[in-house]
Amino acid sequence: MADATANAHKRHGSLTQVDPRTRRRNAAEARFKAYGLAAIALGIFFLVVLAFSIIRSGVPAFTTTVVSLEMNVSPAEIDQAESGMLKTAAYTKLFIAQLGSQMQEQGIGGEVDPEAIGRILGKVGNDLRAFYQANPDAVGEPVDFTVNASSRVDGYFKGRVTREGLVDSRFLVATDLDVVDQLTEAGIITRQFDWGFLLGKDAGVDNPGGAGIGASVLGSFFMMLVVLVLSLPIGVAASIYLEEFAPKNRFTDIIEVNISNLAAVPSIVFGILGLAVFIQFASLPQSAPLVGGLVLTLMTLPTIIISTRASLKAVPPSIRDAALGVGASKMQAVFHHVLPLAAPGILTGTIIGLAQALGETAPLLLIGMVGFVAREFPTGFWDGFVEPNSAMPAQIYTWAARSDVAFYEKAWGGIIVLLVFLLIMNAIAIVLRRRFERRW
Amino acid sequence: MNDMRPLERIVDTDNIKISAKGCQVYYGETHAIKDVDVQIEDNTVTAFIGPSGCGKSTFLRCLNRMNDTIDICRVEGEILLDGENIYDKKVDPVQLRAKVGMVFQKPNPFPKSIYDNIAYGPRIHGLAKSKADLDVIVEKSLRRGAIWDEVKDRLDKPGTGLSGGQQQRLCIARAVATEPEVLLMDEPCSALDPIATSQVEELIDELRTQYSVVIVTHSMQQAARVSQKTAFFHLGNLVEFGETGQIFTNPTDPRTESYISGRIG
Ligand SMILES: Nc1ncnc2c1ncn2[C@@H]1O[C@H](COP(=O)(O)OP(=O)(O)O)[C@@H](O)[C@H]1O
Ligand SMILES: [Mg+2]
Repeated sequence: MADATANAHKRHGSLTQVDPRTRRRNAAEARFKAYGLAAIALGIFFLVVLAFSIIRSGVPAFTTTVVSLEMNVSPAEIDQAESGMLKTAAYTKLFIAQLGSQMQEQGIGGEVDPEAIGRILGKVGNDLRAFYQANPDAVGEPVDFTVNASSRVDGYFKGRVTREGLVDSRFLVATDLDVVDQLTEAGIITRQFDWGFLLGKDAGVDNPGGAGIGASVLGSFFMMLVVLVLSLPIGVAASIYLEEFAPKNRFTDIIEVNISNLAAVPSIVFGILGLAVFIQFASLPQSAPLVGGLVLTLMTLPTIIISTRASLKAVPPSIRDAALGVGASKMQAVFHHVLPLAAPGILTGTIIGLAQALGETAPLLLIGMVGFVAREFPTGFWDGFVEPNSAMPAQIYTWAARSDVAFYEKAWGGIIVLLVFLLIMNAIAIVLRRRFERRW
Repeated sequence: MNDMRPLERIVDTDNIKISAKGCQVYYGETHAIKDVDVQIEDNTVTAFIGPSGCGKSTFLRCLNRMNDTIDICRVEGEILLDGENIYDKKVDPVQLRAKVGMVFQKPNPFPKSIYDNIAYGPRIHGLAKSKADLDVIVEKSLRRGAIWDEVKDRLDKPGTGLSGGQQQRLCIARAVATEPEVLLMDEPCSALDPIATSQVEELIDELRTQYSVVIVTHSMQQAARVSQKTAFFHLGNLVEFGETGQIFTNPTDPRTESYISGRIG
């Protein structure tokens, strides 16, 4: 008996000695932590690689190689250029001639070869003609003029084009690069930040240097306006109704399941739906940001509804009871108490939905918002909704699909611009959430 | 039920605030309240006691139609407030709840300032014509909630930042701010420590002068301390209803007797 009681008190061994069970348990826990750390490390590694490659490939898109020249064109030369059939070609010749004479003055490139100079320059004629037509006063005066170098010369500075790679090329020959080097030394060819990339519009397949993302940024902007204005109120109203007012029955269950299913529908399905309903049936204009916005609204609604309902659900029922208890109507309880508490979550969901919509490409291609449509800026605010335009991701896709590697670089640059916009949106989400949450 | 007849007769009918007749409550198939008749007097604290799950909260929530918010809940029978059936089709539950205020088991102040917590009810019911009016109402309500001295210097601070006992008194102040005639309290002290509990109990006793108070409690000592009338519920039945002193010292029903002596948990 005495033995039994003594043993009963010593059912466990010494605490200073780890028993095998505990050792196994601790080992399992340590392993699990290690897996978790490894997963996170792997994630960070891929993120860094991704960021690095995006920046490395994309940053060159933000600089461009330009040729600067003081031009002095006489009225007679202008008249002559305007009288011919190929007006832009004539202007190009003017520029080449002036650059040639300046090169001769400075003793660059030996004998002047207009064709070689033409290969170095990008599309000069258009810009030059547009400038003189806009500023007739400048005729006969010395004017500082800066034009893009050809995309191959640009590529030479960015490491894309090498002398060895220029065999058999009729667009640029290896000896041209010697001229380019000399022009660079003379300060006539320089590299500068390319505002045209950020603010410009898409250019033809033969003019990567002139292509900019500005027009499609506007396209995306108008689309996002449509998405925000439609999906936020509709989504929030639908969620409030479903969550707070709708009776719980078979019918609402079916709606609920279908909203979740809708969130998983591939975006291209929404695209073809938009094509059939908005363009073919409702006769809305093709390639219009309005239609893009409508399609993306359909896509964004489920995201907003799901997150809004989740944040409404997260508001403790005691708050509703409290409001009803002092004689608030159901609607007052929802709008005065529940909605403000759910607002941070709703906001986050909305911005995540918008960010998804901003990056969506496939449905836009189906309704005709392809990149090459972004050749003109919208002519006004309301026109921006209906005039043909593209959007950032579709523009990027179009560039990436073009054969000229210079466009490939533009695509990477476009990705950077898109990511910057997404980061800004997320930052706004965080700031707004903080602001709302500070009101407990 | 027979044993209630003699008591009903001695009730002064002029003083009846709420009177339930044949009240039945169902949650879907569950019959939660079975044929309850009860008469609740004005200027009286009436306590509902009984084992957990016997339907005290359910019946209390019938008195201001809070059960309307539960889809599956169905109420039958009559509940008269000042002679009017509150389940009449013409009655708007929102109007009713301004007249019958409620304090919940867990303190649930709005996540707003102390001032706004009190001012919310009067604002939505249009009780104040000006900011000054509202200030007066807020101060009066907080005084009635016996919490004015503790919060008068921080009316703009969040109500959720108060201690549990203070929050509950704030909720009581919020309930009285809409000038109700009846105050329903569902276990108002169950989340409070003994000191906060005794403060709230004192407050309930004071509130009796202006309101008809109905309090659900799981503590028989509390019922004995604060109430004049006690109703004992068991499995959805109102087993016994009468003077608190009589219920505790001389219950007529054996079930009441065994609950009070601790044999039904
Ligand atoms: N919302 C509800 N849905 C379904 N049944 C409920 C609900 N609320 C309470 N009940 C049931 O009604 C009975 C009474 O509950 P309640 O009134 O909360 O008891 P008490 O407050 O006396 O502990 C219990 O059996 C409980 O399960
Ligand atoms: Mg209860």
